[in-house]
Amino acid sequence: MIEFVDVYKYYNTRAVLKGVSMRIERGETFVIIGQSGTGKTVSLRHIAGLVDPDGGDVIIDGVKMNGAKRRVKTALREKMGVLFQSGALINWMTVGDNIALPLVEHRLHPPDEIEKIVAEKLHMLQLTDARDKMPADISGGMRKRAGLARSLVRNPEIILYDEPSSGLDPVMTSVIDQLIRRMQREYNITSVVVTHDMGSAYAIADRIAMLYQGEIIQCGTPDEIRNTENPIVRQFITGSLAGPIPVV
Amino acid sequence: MSIKFIHSFFGLFGYVGQRIVDTIELTGYTLVLLLQAGFYTKNVFSKRREILKQMYIAAVKTFFVVSVVALFTGMIVALQTGIEMKAFKQEALIGNVIIATMTREMGPFMTAIILTASVGSAMAAEIGTMTVSEEVDALQMMSISPVKFLVMPRVVAMAIMVPIMTVYTNALGTLGGGVVANYQLQVSWEVYYSHVLESLHFKAVYTGLLKSFIFGLIISGVSCAQGLRATNGALGVGKATREAVVISFLMVLIIGYFITAVFYGKE
Ligand SMILES: Nc1ncnc2c1ncn2[C@@H]1O[C@H](COP(=O)(O)OP(=O)(O)OP(=O)(O)O)[C@@H](O)[C@H]1O
Ligand SMILES: [Mg+2]
Repeated sequence: MIEFVDVYKYYNTRAVLKGVSMRIERGETFVIIGQSGTGKTVSLRHIAGLVDPDGGDVIIDGVKMNGAKRRVKTALREKMGVLFQSGALINWMTVGDNIALPLVEHRLHPPDEIEKIVAEKLHMLQLTDARDKMPADISGGMRKRAGLARSLVRNPEIILYDEPSSGLDPVMTSVIDQLIRRMQREYNITSVVVTHDMGSAYAIADRIAMLYQGEIIQCGTPDEIRNTENPIVRQFITGSLAGPIPVV
Repeated sequence: MSIKFIHSFFGLFGYVGQRIVDTIELTGYTLVLLLQAGFYTKNVFSKRREILKQMYIAAVKTFFVVSVVALFTGMIVALQTGIEMKAFKQEALIGNVIIATMTREMGPFMTAIILTASVGSAMAAEIGTMTVSEEVDALQMMSISPVKFLVMPRVVAMAIMVPIMTVYTNALGTLGGGVVANYQLQVSWEVYYSHVLESLHFKAVYTGLLKSFIFGLIISGVSCAQGLRATNGALGVGKATREAVVISFLMVLIIGYFITAVFYGKE
């Protein structure tokens, strides 16, 4: 379970998160939507413990993440996999080595077993041909999938996805959506997904929260969001130019 | 005094104060980073391939420039001092001058400057790019210490490579000095080398090498620190690179002076 208790975050005196509170249950797929620059990535980074809030708490399975000792943080992170917005592959290692990295670095398995796990993840994300390629030599969408493969190798309980489908074609988007749902069904994984893609959001979410100017203005099931009364949410999900969101 | 003046006066005060605080904070960060890298040297064996790769990069990238600079440093020093010495008919002692300046000062200094410009800047840019593209965050999420994975191999590689390159610079600089001695000052090779050997003191060699070892730590520590602290995309990487070069350069100059002062100041 992931809990935000009245989280505030400032960057250079500008408030990015202004009292965000939310509760993400175990096994839930929770989608965060919102405009560019409203703090979606920043929210995920709070869950990952990469940034600490300036006010409020972030609690993971009953343990406070912010300000935790390094050992506690490491233990919490061991349960997590993160797909970063750009994939975040180590640029001088092949795709295969990148995926193997967490296992190799911690000597979690003998080499031939690591080989097998990597091959399985590559296959799962249709990347088998890219195994020996360098990150610079594959497409953005492939990098993203490789990043996802890497976040899955340690069998996390919580997966954070930062825009998993941006840069992917519609078919590949469906592949990822299905993967997210399968992870939930088969392993009861908690997923927090940041996305702009409303189609994906409706397809995968148990609940959707909309972040607007540093606050969660609505949080509900896909049906509740679809039939929202809130004019801002309405404008965002329909992508309309007319409405309260300023269009420059 | 106008209000505006007072305001800008205190503005300046605040600015200077902020700069001092920033400098202390950055120094602390860099020192802690180096200490952590020192702690992770317990993993040198498992990171040996990365260390060798970094050493290789440092050597290959700088080999040509270091060679030219070393040769000409020796030649310039020989020419400048040689002309003066010739006026006093002392040009035979040029070998002593060359070897003393090369081993103590010019060798470590020139090598460090070149490695700052080519290797340090590249280090800051590479790690900076990794920082802004979330690769360093990804390492953290995999519970892989960026210090162990990125910083330690670079620090170790530079701590080994700067002294090695310095020895090479010294040798080539002495050769360059010999060429000038021979062709411009009419000092024969035999005389030149006998004087070189005469002044090739063990103390000069080890202070020079100690210096270059410390320069290696400075260049890699500063460059890695700047890279890890980069923010704000490509712009931030550019800034980190520039700062890494400027700070390393200043530190090499200042700390180099103090090392010389400690070993030769009271003679
Ligand atoms: N390290 C930082 N330093 C300064 N400002 C930051 C930092 N990280 C984020 N911000 C600011 O916080 C705000 C929210 O950023 P965030 O990356 O969370 O946006 P986002 O919702 O993920 O947008 P996008 O959809 O474009 O990825 C931005 O205005 C950004 O400028
Ligand atoms: Mg983002």
